[in-house]
Amino acid sequence: MNDIQLLEMIERYLQGEMSEEEIILFKELRRNNPEVDQVVVEHNFFINQMERYGERDRLRNSLDETYEKLKAEGVIKKSAAKGRLVTLWHRSKKTIAVAASIAGITALAISGIISSLTPTADKAQIENLGRKIDILEKNQNHTRRELSDVKNKIEIPSVPAKFGGTGFIIDTRGYLITNAHVVNRAEKVTVQNRTGVELNAKTIYFNDSMDIAILMIVDSLYKPGNALPYAISRKSTADLAEPVFSLGYPREEIVYGEGYLSAKTGFNGDTLSCQISISANPGNSGGPVLNKEGEVIGVLSTRQTAADGVVFAIKSSNIYKAVDQLKKDSASLRLKMPAASAIRNLERGQQVKKVEDFVFMVKGY
Amino acid sequence: MNYTKEQELLQRLSNNDRAAIELLYKDNFSLIQKLVVNNNGSDDDAKDIFQEALVVLYEKAKSGHFELNCQVKTYLYSVSKRLWLKKLQRDSRYELQENVLEETVYVEEDLSEHQKRNAELMVMNNAMNSIGEPCKSLLKAFYVEKRNMQEIAADFGYTNADNAKNQKYKCLMRLKKIFFSQYKNGNPDE
Repeated sequence: MNDIQLLEMIERYLQGEMSEEEIILFKELRRNNPEVDQVVVEHNFFINQMERYGERDRLRNSLDETYEKLKAEGVIKKSAAKGRLVTLWHRSKKTIAVAASIAGITALAISGIISSLTPTADKAQIENLGRKIDILEKNQNHTRRELSDVKNKIEIPSVPAKFGGTGFIIDTRGYLITNAHVVNRAEKVTVQNRTGVELNAKTIYFNDSMDIAILMIVDSLYKPGNALPYAISRKSTADLAEPVFSLGYPREEIVYGEGYLSAKTGFNGDTLSCQISISANPGNSGGPVLNKEGEVIGVLSTRQTAADGVVFAIKSSNIYKAVDQLKKDSASLRLKMPAASAIRNLERGQQVKKVEDFVFMVKGY
Repeated sequence: MNYTKEQELLQRLSNNDRAAIELLYKDNFSLIQKLVVNNNGSDDDAKDIFQEALVVLYEKAKSGHFELNCQVKTYLYSVSKRLWLKKLQRDSRYELQENVLEETVYVEEDLSEHQKRNAELMVMNNAMNSIGEPCKSLLKAFYVEKRNMQEIAADFGYTNADNAKNQKYKCLMRLKKIFFSQYKNGNPDE
């Protein structure tokens, strides 16, 4: 038997084209000839690589052709311009169009009247109009924010009435995460640690639709503690049934709660949050939800009034979002959040002991 | 789009279904285009990034044990974002300006898997390109397109199937030699 025949045989074997008898004989051949066996293994791997290569080729072709097709049909459009302007343009296309036409008409009218008297006044007029565009844009943003507020209120059934809640440190220089609804409308915010020391804080970031606020402790009494024991998980999904625990201040004392992740989405399928089965009370809001590795996977936020033990937590990925937004507003501020948990292998009791120093009661006045 | 619909879509993508690919384009391309174009990219960059993301999704769907734990849109966005960021980092730019309302998921592992696979396929690609014609087409016709020897012989102008078989064998040996020498040298697993 020559090499070509052997190869053909191997290929028929790998393709499953052999009769049962042939297979038995072939297996016998493999057993008795390690070289043959070696060739079979190698060829199998090779054929697989070839097939994958072909598959990828076909996929690329499909992708290219679909792209060209959709482009020809006008479904895929060329982007208008480059850079930041595009977002701005998309965001406020209509406003600018309206404003521009108003601006055009007004400018014409004004220049008609004014130009004969004081040609230099033109510039000031145009500047004013420019501001008008700004104002329109601001109004639009405001409306949008109001809309999302309304939406938010529909989705979140019960905001604890009590003025206060829980917060936890995300950066030991004195930055805490809590719920927006905890510090909502508060004129003054303080945080209180486990030992009862009350510290002044101020809200430096507030986002109603995510229900997240970032507080900064502004008090000389605050001593930056050791490194954070827990990590803030970047993943936006946890596993169903994953055991979780939480710490919070539903009363003057810090309270530990234990439960499990019961759904990956929150109230009415809200993807910002997830559902947890845990006992929680007003005041738990803003507390950290940790998994057994000691990673913060969420911020406890609301519970469903109609059902017992149904609590919603905002996914921890939103903390990163909030921090990113904050960074945009104040470029000098760089919050450092640990990506790895230092309490991964500790027992629960030990974990809680480490974590509780970084969980604060948040009070609004 | 609900969960089962998305699963079905992925199933179809893994079979290279054109209609499914078209749907994925229609639903998601503009989002990725915006992201890339708003961050110093061109339309062509957007096309490349989006296609790469689709390939990652395809591999995931193909792997069989793929469980969708987020929306397809979120997944594609997350992958595209990482890919584009990597590209920018190569050009030493580090930050993206994006629509912060877009949720992202953790895709690092999928991407490193994808990179490994790309490197592997690159070895085969290089080997295929270095054996020249008609070897390349001949082997492709047999191993990739799975056409039978009689057909191939007729197409490539061999007098009979046996001749084609001989030629195929020679080509294959050359390809294997090149492939395995590269594969073992630049072992993409490492």
